[in-house]
Amino acid sequence: MPESSLEIKDTSCSSSRYRMSSLRQYSQSSVLSLPMTRNPYNMPTISAFCTEENVSECISYINREVSSLGFPLLCTESNNGPELNVVAVLNNVYNLLQLHRRCLQTVEDIEVEQVKSNSNMDYLQLSNTRLKDQLELSKRENTGLLERERQLQLKVKSLHNCLKNEKEEVQKLQSIIASRATQYNHDMKRKEREFGKLKERLNQLLIDKKDKKQTFEVLNYVGRSDGKRSLWKTGKTEARHEGEMYKTLLNDYDSRHKHLLMENAELKKVLQQMKRDMVTILSPRKPSLCGEKHDDSLEQASSEEDEVCDSSRETLELSCEHAREQLTNSIRQQWRRLKSHVERLDSQASLVGERANMNAIPKEVHEEEMDRLKLEIQQYKDFIHTQQQLLQQQLNSPCDDETASLLNDSYMQEEKERLKGEWMSFEEKRKNFETERRNFTEAAIRLSHERKAFEEDRATWLKHQFLNLTPFGDQMKPQMSKSQSALSVWAESEVRPVSTPAKLNKSLSHAAFSTSRASPVKTPSTTDLYCTHRLIPEKSPSTIHPKQDSSILRNGDVPAQLRHVNGGANHRAYTFTGDRNGSI
Amino acid sequence: MNFSEVFKQSNQLCRVSPDGKYLATCVQYRLVVRDVNTLQILHLYTCLDQIVHMEWSSDSLFILCAMYKRGLVQVWSLEQPDWYCKIDEGSIGLVSSRWSPDGRHILNTTEFHLRVTVWSLCTKAVSYIKYPKACQKGIDFSRDGCYMALAERRDCRDYVSVFVCDDWHLLRHFETETQDLAGVEWSPNGCVLAVWDSCLEYKVLLYSLDGRLLSTFSAYEWSLGIKSLAWSPSSQFLAIGSYDEKVRILNHITWKKVTEFDHPATINNTKAVVYKEVERKPVVGSADLSIQQHITMGSTLFNTQSKYEICPLPVQVPVVKPDLDRANPKVGVSSMAFSSDNRYLATKNDSMACVVWVWDMQRLGLLAVLEQTSAVRCFQWDPRRPRLALCTGNAKLYLWSPAGCVSVQVPAEGGIQVQSLNWHCSGDSLILLGKEQLCLCYLEIGEEEDEVK
Repeated sequence: MPESSLEIKDTSCSSSRYRMSSLRQYSQSSVLSLPMTRNPYNMPTISAFCTEENVSECISYINREVSSLGFPLLCTESNNGPELNVVAVLNNVYNLLQLHRRCLQTVEDIEVEQVKSNSNMDYLQLSNTRLKDQLELSKRENTGLLERERQLQLKVKSLHNCLKNEKEEVQKLQSIIASRATQYNHDMKRKEREFGKLKERLNQLLIDKKDKKQTFEVLNYVGRSDGKRSLWKTGKTEARHEGEMYKTLLNDYDSRHKHLLMENAELKKVLQQMKRDMVTILSPRKPSLCGEKHDDSLEQASSEEDEVCDSSRETLELSCEHAREQLTNSIRQQWRRLKSHVERLDSQASLVGERANMNAIPKEVHEEEMDRLKLEIQQYKDFIHTQQQLLQQQLNSPCDDETASLLNDSYMQEEKERLKGEWMSFEEKRKNFETERRNFTEAAIRLSHERKAFEEDRATWLKHQFLNLTPFGDQMKPQMSKSQSALSVWAESEVRPVSTPAKLNKSLSHAAFSTSRASPVKTPSTTDLYCTHRLIPEKSPSTIHPKQDSSILRNGDVPAQLRHVNGGANHRAYTFTGDRNGSI
Repeated sequence: MNFSEVFKQSNQLCRVSPDGKYLATCVQYRLVVRDVNTLQILHLYTCLDQIVHMEWSSDSLFILCAMYKRGLVQVWSLEQPDWYCKIDEGSIGLVSSRWSPDGRHILNTTEFHLRVTVWSLCTKAVSYIKYPKACQKGIDFSRDGCYMALAERRDCRDYVSVFVCDDWHLLRHFETETQDLAGVEWSPNGCVLAVWDSCLEYKVLLYSLDGRLLSTFSAYEWSLGIKSLAWSPSSQFLAIGSYDEKVRILNHITWKKVTEFDHPATINNTKAVVYKEVERKPVVGSADLSIQQHITMGSTLFNTQSKYEICPLPVQVPVVKPDLDRANPKVGVSSMAFSSDNRYLATKNDSMACVVWVWDMQRLGLLAVLEQTSAVRCFQWDPRRPRLALCTGNAKLYLWSPAGCVSVQVPAEGGIQVQSLNWHCSGDSLILLGKEQLCLCYLEIGEEEDEVK
């Protein structure tokens, strides 16, 4: 029976798991090779089942068995008995073999499974035991700790007791010490009293005793060290001593007072200086600070403080309570101000950047703005970067004609635009110039015209003058001379050129002219006129004589006069002065 | 710097007269008066016993010599060498004797502080003051010599009596709020009397001349308190040295603490200069040391050279841990002295016996620290200049001035171990006192002024 043998093998295998695989291989191989290779060796066993004689029985038996197992029959019923169908036999054998192999496979699987589960179980058992050990250990530890805790608690309790005892002991000892100290003091006192009594007694005895008395031998008495004779002890001496004592005390207090005063004065000096410094430090800051919101309060405070300062300065010299109070108050106030100022400075320093940009923008807004700007900057930077990159690419890559031309074109366009703009501006300028030139030419023409007219005027005027040279305005002379005397030398020289154009106002011109009679009459050119006009404001300061107070008046008067005089007759002079003034 | 020859003295009794002309020294029972400049003996007086205490009268005319064991006081006159005065306190005993400021009265304190006897040299008058207290400083005269403050104890209470020295009239008598008064001291201007309690309680009371309590100061409680007290010459500051190794400075207006000077074991105050005395023993090769050389070197072997070195900060000062279980532990500020110009204060902390601290009173801070190789015995300020002299019981004199520090070998024959020193009132010379010798040290003015510069 191969199955039974296999079973035996399996059991043996199960007992010795680790040798299983090899055994199984062996069994497999043995099973597989059975029909082919081992056949000759197995022959005797097979022969035991089937011999030459019982072939038919064997066949029928096998057939039966096979049929009972559901396989197709091995023999076909033929007329001469059952005949072995070789094909069916082979098929059956093959089927059986297959079956057998499958069985082996499943057995093997199951075995593996079992091995696995066995090992698993072993592991679990192992871990279980280990855990058990651990548990045991921790349990033991736990009990140990509990025991120790108990012991410690006991110890603590005993220590507590000890402490209490010690405390009691200490208290007891303290009380003992105290009692002993009192006892000792008492005894001491008693002894001392006894000692005193003994001393007294001894004293008495020594005084009474005659045998060895105190002796004092001096050859002759010496004078007092101060040369004075000693004074009788009277009632006055006591008063004198008292007086002397108080004198020395007073002297001491006096000197001490002096010292204190000196020290005080010095301290005051220091204080004042400090205060002054504080004030100077604080005051120039005020205007700058006034711009802030604290403006009003600060000013108020400062004015108050100044008052306090002044008052305290006054009262510093008088040293009384009130003054001291005031002084301390003012110092305190100033100190407070200084502190607040410094604090403000601190805050200012921290806000300096913000303040530079805007006056009162809240911080959040500022920061937002900053962020935004930063972002923008970043963006622009990116732009620039990309542009740069593009440019670089463009340059690096051999640019084709088209792009080059495009680029060139764009550049050209730009250039053209620029040039055009410039051209326009130039044109405009040119136009301006043109108009100006025209103006100038016109002005020149007008000027020549005017000059001509003026020349004519002058000629006629001269003629007139010449003809009218008569003692006609003599009555006027003294008046003018009076005024001129007041105006003195300088006025003469000044008035002279001025007077020339004032031909229409005869009386005045007369007077003026009469003064300048000595100098040769000469027609002043326009340049001279310019000079005169310019002279009035320019030269006058340099020519002022210290005695002539009226000169200043004169300075102002002359052009006014001139204008007045000329204003009516011809406006040319007026325009000239106007021009001159403008140019000046 | 020059040194005189060495003279003998005993009990460290050597005083310059207040006018600075004479030098009185005691050798056993003899009193020798010399001229300070020539050092020639002017007078020689012989007392009845070994002199224990000697004192000049304020006018430099008399010298008091006390022999406490015999209860004797002898007074000698410079003007009349054959004049004599002998006071015998008899069986009542004598523990202290001193001149009154006028130089015409002698105050003797009897044994057990039974009383103070005032003997007058002018008249035969003898007065007694009862109940003087036996304490650190029970009697103090004001600097102008007008008043005397005396601590008294009666009925277990402390009192202070203020006498007028002129005629011993009791001016004021008041009870002080002290447990156990330890001392009284007038301010230099004579208007304030500082009274302090014994070391068991930190308490300073300030009384006006007329007996009013001006102020009370207490820095702490429960631990040992005041050890020493010093007025500044201007009466502006009162320095209080205590067992907590601190000096507290009170001002004269509010009598409140101005500052506190600590004496730390580690100095890391950058404004202070630490001078450390470094000894250099002459190195002698033993191989080529012949006997003759040995003899010549004999004296120099003991005279080790020393100099000051400026130590870089921080500096660790040697501290001797005191035994606090015993009475009067060696800890705390035991001596303080203001310079004559009020600018500096020198202090010494007993647990750092080798160190003298100099404080700047303008800056109210540490100025200099002098670390000596051995314990400082005595230090004293020049009465004219800001110059501190100190000695440590060896053959050297140390001087500090704001300009620096010098150590000078005293070239005395036989080697003088300087135990104590005294300035001459002009500040031009110093008297160095050894165990049994004395030596004068003349400081050249020009040289020393250069040094100061």
